[in-house]
Amino acid sequence: MQRRVIFRGTLLPCLLVAPQLAVTLVFFFWPAGQAFWQSLHREDPFGLSSRFVGLDNFAAVLADPDYADAILRTLVFSVAVTALVLAPSLLLAVMADRVVKAAAAYKTVLLLPYAVAPAVAGVLWLFLFYPNVGLLGLALTALGVEWNYFLNGAQAMALVVIASAWKQISYNFLFFLAGLQSIPKALLEAAAIDGANARRRFWTIVFPLLSPTAFFLIVVDIVYAFFDTFAVIRSVTRGGPGKATEILVYKVYYDGWEAQDLNASAAQSVILMAIVVALTALQFRYVERRVHY
Amino acid sequence: MRVSRIFLAAAALALAATPACFAEGAPIEIQWWHAMTSVNGELVNEMAGEFNRAQSDYKVVPVYKGGYADTMQAAIAAFRAGNPPAIVQIFEVGTATMMAAKGAVKPVFQLMAEAGEPFDPHLYLPAIAGYYSTSDGKMLSLPFNSSTAILYYNKDAFAKAGLDPAVPPKTWPELFADARKIRAAGYACGFTSSWISWIQVEQFSAWHNLPLGTKANGMDGADTVLDFNNPVLARHIANLAEAQQDKTFDYGGRTIEPDQKFVSGECGMTLNSSGFFGLAKAGAKFPFGVGELPYYPDVKGAPQNSIIGGASLWVMAGKKPDEYKGVARFLTFLSQTPQQVRFHEATGYLPITQAAYEAARDGGFYKEHPGTELPILQMTAKPPTENSRGLRFGNLVQIRDVIAEELEGAFAGKESAQQALDNAVKRGNAVLSQFEAATK
Repeated sequence: MQRRVIFRGTLLPCLLVAPQLAVTLVFFFWPAGQAFWQSLHREDPFGLSSRFVGLDNFAAVLADPDYADAILRTLVFSVAVTALVLAPSLLLAVMADRVVKAAAAYKTVLLLPYAVAPAVAGVLWLFLFYPNVGLLGLALTALGVEWNYFLNGAQAMALVVIASAWKQISYNFLFFLAGLQSIPKALLEAAAIDGANARRRFWTIVFPLLSPTAFFLIVVDIVYAFFDTFAVIRSVTRGGPGKATEILVYKVYYDGWEAQDLNASAAQSVILMAIVVALTALQFRYVERRVHY
Repeated sequence: MRVSRIFLAAAALALAATPACFAEGAPIEIQWWHAMTSVNGELVNEMAGEFNRAQSDYKVVPVYKGGYADTMQAAIAAFRAGNPPAIVQIFEVGTATMMAAKGAVKPVFQLMAEAGEPFDPHLYLPAIAGYYSTSDGKMLSLPFNSSTAILYYNKDAFAKAGLDPAVPPKTWPELFADARKIRAAGYACGFTSSWISWIQVEQFSAWHNLPLGTKANGMDGADTVLDFNNPVLARHIANLAEAQQDKTFDYGGRTIEPDQKFVSGECGMTLNSSGFFGLAKAGAKFPFGVGELPYYPDVKGAPQNSIIGGASLWVMAGKKPDEYKGVARFLTFLSQTPQQVRFHEATGYLPITQAAYEAARDGGFYKEHPGTELPILQMTAKPPTENSRGLRFGNLVQIRDVIAEELEGAFAGKESAQQALDNAVKRGNAVLSQFEAATK
């Protein structure tokens, strides 16, 4: 027996949906529309003159070898961040799930990084790893590592990957923990009675049952690595040295804001939007099918 | 003594002005966006405060907007959004961009004329005023904090390395030799450099009478192209890259990040803006001295003269005439000798008027503080040539990033110095032509 609420007329439903629609229109569709418009025009930095140039901006962006490099860099970066987020957060979740004493305290502490603003997280890591000044920077130098991410692109990349991953681990941890706690205890007990050890129970029961959660998190983490890592990169390396940490979203910012080329930046935003839409669609279509429910 | 007297006078004026304040209601607010931090930022606030206390019609509100590039971008964004600040501090590399933005700025000479404020561009030091004026001598923005690049050295480090703390190195070969000794004396790094492109490429070129680009570095026309990939600069960058290997030279970032490497005592020497003087004095726990920029003695004509950096104040378009009156009065106030002398003496930025320079000299400041006159002497040592009058390239902010990126490649050993410069010229010219296309 199901009870269904049915609205009569159209006014009330419209009113109820309106605030959400308004927010979406103002904060998503309007800027996206502006990006489209700007990507088809050429303007001076102050917006004093503007003319229609068709797809010239897109052609210029796609012909730019820097852009191709940035695409490759972004792929490396997002795969690294996603891997570095998923594995530790799963481990932490499994551990935290077993803890009986002071479980809430552990969970709270593990969730703290999520409350830290990305820019602040960036600065935190910057202080830790600052060559010859930061605690860990000094330690690395003492260990004989030539630590200078102002010049070494690989080190800079490693640093922004770690800083970005650290921020996202809490979020993943929370979902994994919830996933673990929703696994019926009866299944695990039955397996234990059948003689499966903890390791086998994890890989044959827990892990497959967690796969929907893991899949969801992979999508979320990749989108995070694509977009939300901007503040970390901005505060730690500013895309440098050279262009070693300039990922697509940073390039959008750099070209539009620092280099004052709004049109090239808008064209890149539109491309980025298309990439992410395609990526998400692809993932949901093909990866989700193999996910074990 | 002098400062406290000014303060008392200002306080007295403020007291006198209080009743008027109540009578006329709220003063007109004038937003002043700037990029000054620490000692320099405090002075900005003090000067605005003094102006506000001295009269009651206007209230100047200084707002710190981040680094130079951030401040400029914020002003442009605010202009696009229809609400720019009245006054904005724009660094010298943004000059060409601001000059091209005809409808977005109010030229200072025009502002002063309309507001009926007395204004004589000839009172300003020509080397500085020329930078911010059109070719027919009309001043577009008011010089505010002008600096040039000089050498700073840690006297303790010199003593430990067995060098004479009274004698800074004069040439690049001497500097590299001294840096190696400092390194051998146990310092983590011999020397570093802030503002890598400005000092090691732009200042270096002017100081060695080498061009950065055609058309007198863009001062004679916007159709300029970069051509600084010459053998002298390539040799210098190669020397820096080689010195990076054993930390005789240690690169520390593109703008002000390396400041800390000197102040903390990590590096024995640094090349930095003369505007760093006050910050170094406040931060360093060791005695330090200053010297002229080093040069290569085998380069003909070197040393020439160094060029200016720092920033000027631009007035944005689209404000009400009343507000412009206040802006004009404030700019007049800032140009007065006492303000100028005070800013110059406290920060190490150059005096920008002839009168301020003379007042500082006659007041005995340079005798009391050895080395503080050096930047101005270095900048005016010889009459400027085509290569040392200044720079005016569109999108120079971005070109600097391109140069820094390529230098980083050279310092990391990823490409040769010559390759780095060739790439920087090629990529820089792409930026220039993009600017020309956008402002046509």
